[in-house]
Amino acid sequence: MSGDVILLAHGSGGRLSHTLVEKLFLRYFDSPALLQLDDSAVLEIPNLQPPLSNPHLAFTTDSYVVSPLFFPGGDIGKLAVCGTVNDLSMSGARPLWLSAGFIIEEGLPLGDLERIVASMATTAKRAGVQIVAGDTKVVDRGSADKLFINTAGVGLVPTGVSIAGDQARPGDLILLNGTIGDHGMTIMTQREGLQFDSPLESDCAPLNGLVGSLLAALPLGTLHCLRDPTRGGLATTLNELAARSGVGIEIDESVLPVRDAVRGACELLGLDPLYVANEGKLVALVAPEAAEAALAALRAHENGREAVLIGQVTEAHPGRVVLRTLLGARRIVDMLMGEQLPRIC
Amino acid sequence: MKYIDEFRDPALARKLLTHIESRSTRPVRLMEFCGGHTHAIMRYGLRTLLPPTVDLRSGPGCPVCVTSNADLDRAIALAGVPGLILATFGDMVRVPGSVQSLQHAKAAGADVRMVYSTLDALKIARDNPARPVVFLGVGFETTAPTVAAAILQAAAQGLGNFSVLSLHKLTPPATRAILDAGEIALDGIIGPGHVTTVIGADAWQFLPAEYGMPVAVAGFEPLDILRAVADLVNMAEDRHPAVSNSYARSVTRQGNPAAIEVMDRVFEVGTADWRGLGVVPASGLGLRPEFVQFDAIHLFDVDPGPTREHKGCRCGDVLRGTITPPECPLFGRACTPARPIGPCMVSAEGACAAYYQFGRDLP
Repeated sequence: MSGDVILLAHGSGGRLSHTLVEKLFLRYFDSPALLQLDDSAVLEIPNLQPPLSNPHLAFTTDSYVVSPLFFPGGDIGKLAVCGTVNDLSMSGARPLWLSAGFIIEEGLPLGDLERIVASMATTAKRAGVQIVAGDTKVVDRGSADKLFINTAGVGLVPTGVSIAGDQARPGDLILLNGTIGDHGMTIMTQREGLQFDSPLESDCAPLNGLVGSLLAALPLGTLHCLRDPTRGGLATTLNELAARSGVGIEIDESVLPVRDAVRGACELLGLDPLYVANEGKLVALVAPEAAEAALAALRAHENGREAVLIGQVTEAHPGRVVLRTLLGARRIVDMLMGEQLPRIC
Repeated sequence: MKYIDEFRDPALARKLLTHIESRSTRPVRLMEFCGGHTHAIMRYGLRTLLPPTVDLRSGPGCPVCVTSNADLDRAIALAGVPGLILATFGDMVRVPGSVQSLQHAKAAGADVRMVYSTLDALKIARDNPARPVVFLGVGFETTAPTVAAAILQAAAQGLGNFSVLSLHKLTPPATRAILDAGEIALDGIIGPGHVTTVIGADAWQFLPAEYGMPVAVAGFEPLDILRAVADLVNMAEDRHPAVSNSYARSVTRQGNPAAIEVMDRVFEVGTADWRGLGVVPASGLGLRPEFVQFDAIHLFDVDPGPTREHKGCRCGDVLRGTITPPECPLFGRACTPARPIGPCMVSAEGACAAYYQFGRDLP
């Protein structure tokens, strides 16, 4: 199919649409529920053992419009799977099923679409989730930028797990599973055509495995909040948590892990890594007595080797995030204001 | 990271702070001319680390902030010319003019594009040969040479649809205007590092010579700024005003002759309208007559309408250093980065934005 491009007729519902579904999508997305090709996927809830015997359902959706479609470390398809898997994981859910909706601009090379679909299938397999429902639309040239993907996801939250943005308590310690700013700066430098000695790579990764190890390692009720600092970066995520929980947050600039290439790119473009997007990072707020075990669990996992303790939750200055600067002074870390960055996710 | 970490070293910073503390016997008020310095000072919390004898005041060194409403209105009117593409740096888009901002004009259908460099605007012009592309040029001696180079490139390539609305301004005349007005007593000036990279440290010799005012040219890392503060405290204590340069890795006495030459070839010095300072003679850069075909002022006849100032906004006073941002009654109340009233709350170099973002209600 390479060399061919998407035509409006591929979205017509006619023969070309069927060919596209059967020859491309179903070659990669092969879950039994999807192969039924009915109007909705009918799913059997797996035979669950405690603590999943009386689970709550987690349900989320997100749309992906990143440009460029392919970037070092990933592509829009990998991002679309990871993003939704991670959103489910951040409520402590075990992600099970995804849907995938494609809005394709007329003229997109079929080869590009195939690479993206293959990447989604690989990522879904790696994350242990199934793509069980899908949709394709084709729009006129100029009505979309090459390809937009929406994914929705369903997962199960084990009984007794209560992880939410309003659960932070004074004294909680704040853990981060690795370097910040990798994804956002990869996209920015791709768009600006900047090159560095040590190339930048997006951190895009599914985090359900990491969250699973964390849940398994900690006593029930000691993991209070999980968030993936995507758009708006770590600064925005911490502000959201401080506001939702009505607590203060203090972090230490000297321990924040930032790769040299990311720092260099940020310096060049005048950006602060605290506000730059991540796609494979999480912050975990844990009760102080569980912090050591949590850090060990994170570091034992491939997605958490560089995990660090970055700060703690305070009773003082509720709603505010305060940073101890490299020089030992304290300053406010505000929410991201305005949006001058290009589309990054 | 090389050239960064060395200038953020906490141990060296403590040494400089101890020196400043031991040397500073009487109160000094220092003006950091440059908005980039204000942001670095707030971002690293330097105000809270310096002894109480050292008072830092922001100056007019934020190009977006000093753009007058009349000039902004003209740019917004230009953006409304059918078919025209207006390219500019991101901050400019959000600054409110008399009635609206470029952001509003964009939402209403104007083609306003944010660029990182003038070269991006040239590319837009090449990609859209049938449409006029105007680059809204704001900035000081730092940015002006790049805009001049873009104009020369457009001339060399015969790019007939590219032009510039030049609102460029010069920093020494603005400093002079503040000192001549005599509204604020200053004991020293932290000189703008990037501007001085272009114009050279000698360009500031008039300050000690004519005004008895010490100048310390500084880079933008915390140690650069602390070194400059230490120099200014030393000079004030010794009553020996001079020009010091703590940014020698970038700034020479003569500056960058190639940049100055390109700027002189394309621009000529004229009056400029500054927010806060008003009309200052010989403080702006317009295009020379031989480049008239690239001068948006001459190419497009637009009516910006009557100019209005924002009620209660004290950006002008902030830019002259007569008040600090929290002294403005609108600061953090009616005026926030999310809903800015004055440009100092919008720009990445604006003093109000820096105070709000890093220093608001610090517990």
